[in-house]
Order: sequence, then C-alpha cells, then structure tokens
Amino acid sequence: MRWLSLMEKLRAPLMILPAVATIILLFFGGLLVGLGQSLGYFPAIDSYDLTLQYYAEVLSDNIFFESLWQTFRLALLSTVMSSVLAIALALVLRQTFKGSRFFTFMFQLSIPIPHLVAAAGIVLLVSQSGILARGAYALGLIDAPRDFPVMVFDRPGTAIQLTYLWKEVPFIGVVVLAVLQGIGPQYEEVARTLGANSWQRFRFVLLPLIMPGVLSTSIIVFAYVFASYEIPLLLGVRHPTTLPVLAFQNYQDPDLSLRPQAMAMSIILTLIAIVLLVAYKRLANYAVSR
Amino acid sequence: MNKILRWLVLAIIVITALAPILPQFVWSFSHRWLFPSLLPSQWSTEPWEYVFTATSRVGEGFFNSLAIAVVVSLLSILVGLPASRALALHNFRGKSAIEWLLMVPIIVPGIVATMGIHQVFIRLGLTDTFIGVCLVHLIPCIPYMVLVMSSVFANYGTELEDTARTLGAGTFSVWRFVTLPGILPGLLVATMFTFLISWGQYITTVLIGGGTIITLPMVLFPFISGTNYPNAAAISLVFVAPAILVLIFTSRQLGRESSVMGGFGRL
Repeated sequence: MRWLSLMEKLRAPLMILPAVATIILLFFGGLLVGLGQSLGYFPAIDSYDLTLQYYAEVLSDNIFFESLWQTFRLALLSTVMSSVLAIALALVLRQTFKGSRFFTFMFQLSIPIPHLVAAAGIVLLVSQSGILARGAYALGLIDAPRDFPVMVFDRPGTAIQLTYLWKEVPFIGVVVLAVLQGIGPQYEEVARTLGANSWQRFRFVLLPLIMPGVLSTSIIVFAYVFASYEIPLLLGVRHPTTLPVLAFQNYQDPDLSLRPQAMAMSIILTLIAIVLLVAYKRLANYAVSR
Repeated sequence: MNKILRWLVLAIIVITALAPILPQFVWSFSHRWLFPSLLPSQWSTEPWEYVFTATSRVGEGFFNSLAIAVVVSLLSILVGLPASRALALHNFRGKSAIEWLLMVPIIVPGIVATMGIHQVFIRLGLTDTFIGVCLVHLIPCIPYMVLVMSSVFANYGTELEDTARTLGAGTFSVWRFVTLPGILPGLLVATMFTFLISWGQYITTVLIGGGTIITLPMVLFPFISGTNYPNAAAISLVFVAPAILVLIFTSRQLGRESSVMGGFGRL
C-alpha cells in the first residue's frame, strides 16, 4: 500500500522529468556555457580568469548601440503592427458568411511557409525591379527602377518588416480567432441590450477577452524578431545590422578571441529582451484591468 | 456599406496571402525576365532541371530536412506528451515553476544557448552530426508541444478513460482507443508546429551541422542573397510544398478548436 502511494506521488514528476531534463540540459546548459565564456572562461583558448572586460569592450562600441537600436526598432514595429492588424482581421473573419472557411484558410496560408521563402517572395515583390515596380511602370507611374521607392537594403528595413508582417499577422490572428469563436455572441448581445455601441462592445467586452492571447503571441513575436538572424541578413543594410547578425558574425569569425565578445553581446541582448518582456506584460495587464 | 467593406478586406487578405508566392511559380519557369516586362521574355524549365540534379543538393537537403523534422517531432511527442498531461491533470509542488521553465525557450532569445551548445557539442563530438542538429532543434519544439498539448489535456476529461478501465481495458487499450482519439486533433496541430519549426531552422543548423548536414534552407539561402531568382524560386517552391500539405491537414483544427490554440492565452 505504501509502495502504491509512493508510486502515485512520483507519477507526475516522472512524467515531467524527460521534458524538463532536455530543456535544462540543452537550453539552460547552453546559456550557462555562454555566460561563462562572456565572462572570460574559455578553456579552448586557455582563458580561465573571470573578467568583465568583454562587456566593457562591447559597451564602448558605437556599432553595438546602433545595432541594438535597429534590432529594437524592427522588433517593436513588427510586433505592434502585426498585433493591430491581426485583431482587426480576426474581427472580420469571425463572422460566419458564405465562403468564410475559404477565407480563413487563405488567412492561415502564410503560417506554415518558412521565413526564408517569405523573404524571397517579398524581394521579388517590392525590390526596385520587382513585380510592384513593373506594375507601376506599366501604369506610367515611374520611368525607371530607380524611381521606385527603395524597400530592400534600406535603413528603415521596409522589406524586413513586410516579411514579418506577412508571417506574424496570421499567427496572432489565428489565436485571436480561436478565442473569439470560443466566446460566442452572448456577451456582446448583453452589452448591446445594455446600450453599448460597437466601439464600447469591442473595448470593454471583446478586448479584455482576447487580450491574454494577443499578449502571449505578441511576446512570442517580439522575442522571435528580436533574436532573428537570416531575414535582416538577407534583406537589411550591412550597417546598422541587427544584434544577432553582429553577434553571429563575431562568433563565426576564424579569430576565436572574438567569441567572448559575441557571447557578451548575446547575453546583453537576452537580458534586454527579458526586461522588456516583463515590463510589457506588467504594463499590458495593468492597461487591461483598468 | 459594411458588406462592401468586408469584401474589400477579404479581397486584400487573399491578394496579400498569394502575392509573395504566386510570382515564384512564374520565376521558376523563367530564363530572362528583365524590368519592365510583366512576363518573362524567355521561358525555360532549366531551374527545375537544376533542382533535380545531384550537384544542386536540393534532393539531399530535402531529405535531410524531412528526416530531421520527423525525428524532432517524434522526440517532442515522446518527451512533451507525458509532461503536458502531468501539467494539465496532476497537482504537485513547484508546478507553476515547471510550467514557466518549459516555456522559457520561446520567450527568451535562444542565441546564447545556441552558441553555448555549439561549444559543448564540439567537445562531445555532436557537431556535424544528424543527431546534434536534431537535439538543437528540440529546444524551440518541446515548448510548443507542451504549450498546445497541456491546453488540450486541460479540456480533456479523464472519465472516459476510467470507464474503459472499469470495463476491463488494459493500459495500452485505454491509450490506443480512448486517449489517443480524444487528443488527436490537438496533437496534429502541435506536431504541425514542431515539424514546421524544425523545417524552417536556419542558423542553428548552420552552426551545429557545420556544413556537413545540408538542409533545404541552407541550399536556398545563397540563391536569394546572390539574386539568382529563377533557381531561388524553384527551390522555394520545393521548400513550401510539404508545409502547405501540413496546413491542409490541420487547417480545420487551427481555425475551429479553441482549446488547441487557446493554450497561447495562458503563457
């Protein structure tokens, strides 16, 4: 009997152990090694003494701050625009009408498409000799490719943001849509009977209900864009590039002594991401509960 | 008025969904397509012939990507499913801390962890190996599996399992005939996520695979950056095909079952 109850007690921890062990070993283990290296513990080049030298080097570099700002700006703009558009489109798609299943499918279409393919598609569309420029020429709006606005390899990163919008709007939208479909029409009908107009019904009935989903997905999107590598590398300017690109360039340099700097850079990036996300979650919870 | 606005929005959805994809079909059959022609001046099947040559390594990349994504998805299920069930249906000390810990890799940028693992894998001889790449892909995949499946299990009653057991069903029969059918729609969506996350990985594979394990995104990348658009488009379409197939299988669950995607609200 005691054996049985012990088994019962150990059951949940045993079920969780494989997942937790994998994440701790791989993610937190990797994090720890990275942290050690950023502090100068790097046995491969016979460096064992702990130092803050690499952080000082990174923080005294202007390129680092320019890249940090570029990374933050891209992540913030992509996240805000994706969230707003996703909510708006989900509100349209939640209604049942003829063909709504087809339109929902089209809305979801970009979710499974890899980011690289999206990037290629956006370049073919918005570059100065892309489909849109050709359309503009055919309509007589421009005379040559150089008349078309620069959207690829530009400082604001237009093509980068378009790629993220195209990918992330449906991701946030699908979650919002699922929540909206679970709610049903009752709440809004009650609000309508009580005299709430359509803005009030959205602000005080629907928004608080979809906010948890928007909050979580926008956090995922922000973290993803903040740490992403291949899209800014393909579509962005060389300088200022984003922090992950800068960090990986340093990391992959044949000169191994650049690695601790790359690690310090990545650790700072991670810390900033954590601080921003915690602040955002606090702020959003406060704004919604008000 | 409202109706016109709605149809306008729907038209925009369809156009923006297709605009980056459809031109790639045309590009993949083009030989010369210079500004300002709206259609290629010379058509060709060369890009597709190139895709099927051994030197392009598209086939090798495709099968590596597929094998890695399948192995990673199976491992995610194996590791993630019991954890999701425990988190949803059992109460124990430290549960919320565990929940948090399992979600960290999708909220905290993985760049440090990837570089750190690279150093460890060099020592362990796991760089340049298939299994090493699979392991590093597991990091973002397990959290998504747990996120979706713990939400599915939370909405899943265990009464049917009890009934089956009372009627004399063994552990395996209960799992096979009661539990699995109950969670299958959610499991499909979760597996779609893990498959696609692995399928789209770039820098983690470059770093850990070290150029020995070639996957599709690694074959595609130089053609985009080198502006060889006909070949880039053809490889892109090969890269997209399985993804679209996966969406067709899971689209209904994605749109309709609120318990499946609802997990994202609890993060």
